[in-house]
Amino acid sequence: MSETSDNLKQLPLGDWHRAAGGRMVPFAGYEMPVQYEGVMAEHLWTRENAGLFDVSHMGQLNLTGEGAAEALEALVPGNISALGVGKIRYTLLLAKDGGILDDLMVTNTGRNLYLVVNGATKQDDIAYLEAELPKGITLSHLEDLALLALQGPKAAEALARLDIRSTFPDGPVPGDLYFMEAGPFMWNDIPLGISRSGYTGEDGYEISVSAADAQSLAEALVALPEVQPIGLGARDSLRLEAGLPLYGHDMDAGILPVEANLNFALSKARREEGNFAGAERVLAQYPRGAARKRVGLLVDGRQPVREGAAVVDADGAVIGNVTSGGFSPTLQRPIAMAYVPMELAGSGTQILVEQRKKQITCTVADMPFVPHRYHRKPKL
Amino acid sequence: MSRYFTDEHEWIDVEGDTATVGITDYAQEQLGDIVFVETPEIGAELSAGDDAAVVESVKAASDVYAPISGTVVEANDALEEEPALVNSSAEEDGWFFRLTLTDKAELDDLMDEKAYKAFVEDL
Repeated sequence: MSETSDNLKQLPLGDWHRAAGGRMVPFAGYEMPVQYEGVMAEHLWTRENAGLFDVSHMGQLNLTGEGAAEALEALVPGNISALGVGKIRYTLLLAKDGGILDDLMVTNTGRNLYLVVNGATKQDDIAYLEAELPKGITLSHLEDLALLALQGPKAAEALARLDIRSTFPDGPVPGDLYFMEAGPFMWNDIPLGISRSGYTGEDGYEISVSAADAQSLAEALVALPEVQPIGLGARDSLRLEAGLPLYGHDMDAGILPVEANLNFALSKARREEGNFAGAERVLAQYPRGAARKRVGLLVDGRQPVREGAAVVDADGAVIGNVTSGGFSPTLQRPIAMAYVPMELAGSGTQILVEQRKKQITCTVADMPFVPHRYHRKPKL
Repeated sequence: MSRYFTDEHEWIDVEGDTATVGITDYAQEQLGDIVFVETPEIGAELSAGDDAAVVESVKAASDVYAPISGTVVEANDALEEEPALVNSSAEEDGWFFRLTLTDKAELDDLMDEKAYKAFVEDL
């Protein structure tokens, strides 16, 4: 189905984006702001200050019921049953053959598991989960919630200006959360689910709020001197610099986790148990047994290589493909992600990318391209 | 000198047999921050509609087609160092390339400024 304005869904903040000067484009079935002031300026603003992103297209789901964590573990390789209350884990929804159906965040709220899945895949995810989860586990799609991300080195300073309190007496304020921690909060009698997480490589928060209250929260945030609204364009260039894969581009159902360079998502306990979907195929590649691997590329010259460009050998034979590529505003040079044969996946290896009948030299590089600046809990 | 426009958002300045080609201010605005421009090689013989140049923004690559047939005689080298010239001065300093026209009659198919303005307003 083509994405024309007739069949596109509207975000709760759609009109607000338009009024703020957002240029709306189709994305994941929604009309979403690709940019306001300009991708470059918005990107750099987020790296230096704080950017507000509307990611309400993403699916917010609750899993409830006795044994929900163990039930979910049948479909993901993350150690969900060991997840403490208020902790978040990044994991992968795997098909029966181990192919990646989605990547997602799972939070143990203490009452249930709260999942955030990709917008473009959420309906398929829900269908798969409903078909696979045992009776007694309830999946609810929280469609009346919006999701806002506040990202950047000044995100904590900015959010601290709003009077946000824990729903528990003597509970933490959002600034007390460390990276990959979450909690329930109140702001002006509005409940907020706040996670210290994001998709930019910067410190920041993702804030779940009712669709009805999303606009007042967004307005309060952009009224702060540190905060500007940021579109999808900069979201993509920021996550690319951070080395974070984008589902549907850098991984899909035909890719296994080790190939996708996501070994960290295969937790030790779960590898030993080996009881998640596709475990046999997935673990056969662990840790370095895949034939190909997702790597970062530093591109020679000024011209970006784009998704779909071929990685070729000296004879011009196709040996891999570029899955994301663009210009890095922070590094002021083109960068990319690509799948290359394992023997070429080492950092510093030179490879060739063919684009528009032209060969461009690239160097395999460690990711992230721009260092993460998460607010991690100090190691004891 | 006359300026012509295409529905692909290019402008063409014609002086004698020589045409200077660039993209319009509307086009640069739509593309956003331009980070790279690939201009055609000198001596390339282009037919109207051929791929002539590539303009890359942070997010995407876009083709620029030859608006008319001709032989490339000059490319704007300044774009190599400063592709953002296309953003700051799309219809002046951010020109892409110059052609010697093969068939001046092709100009009859192009829009004048007034027609282009109306075309953009309808988008």
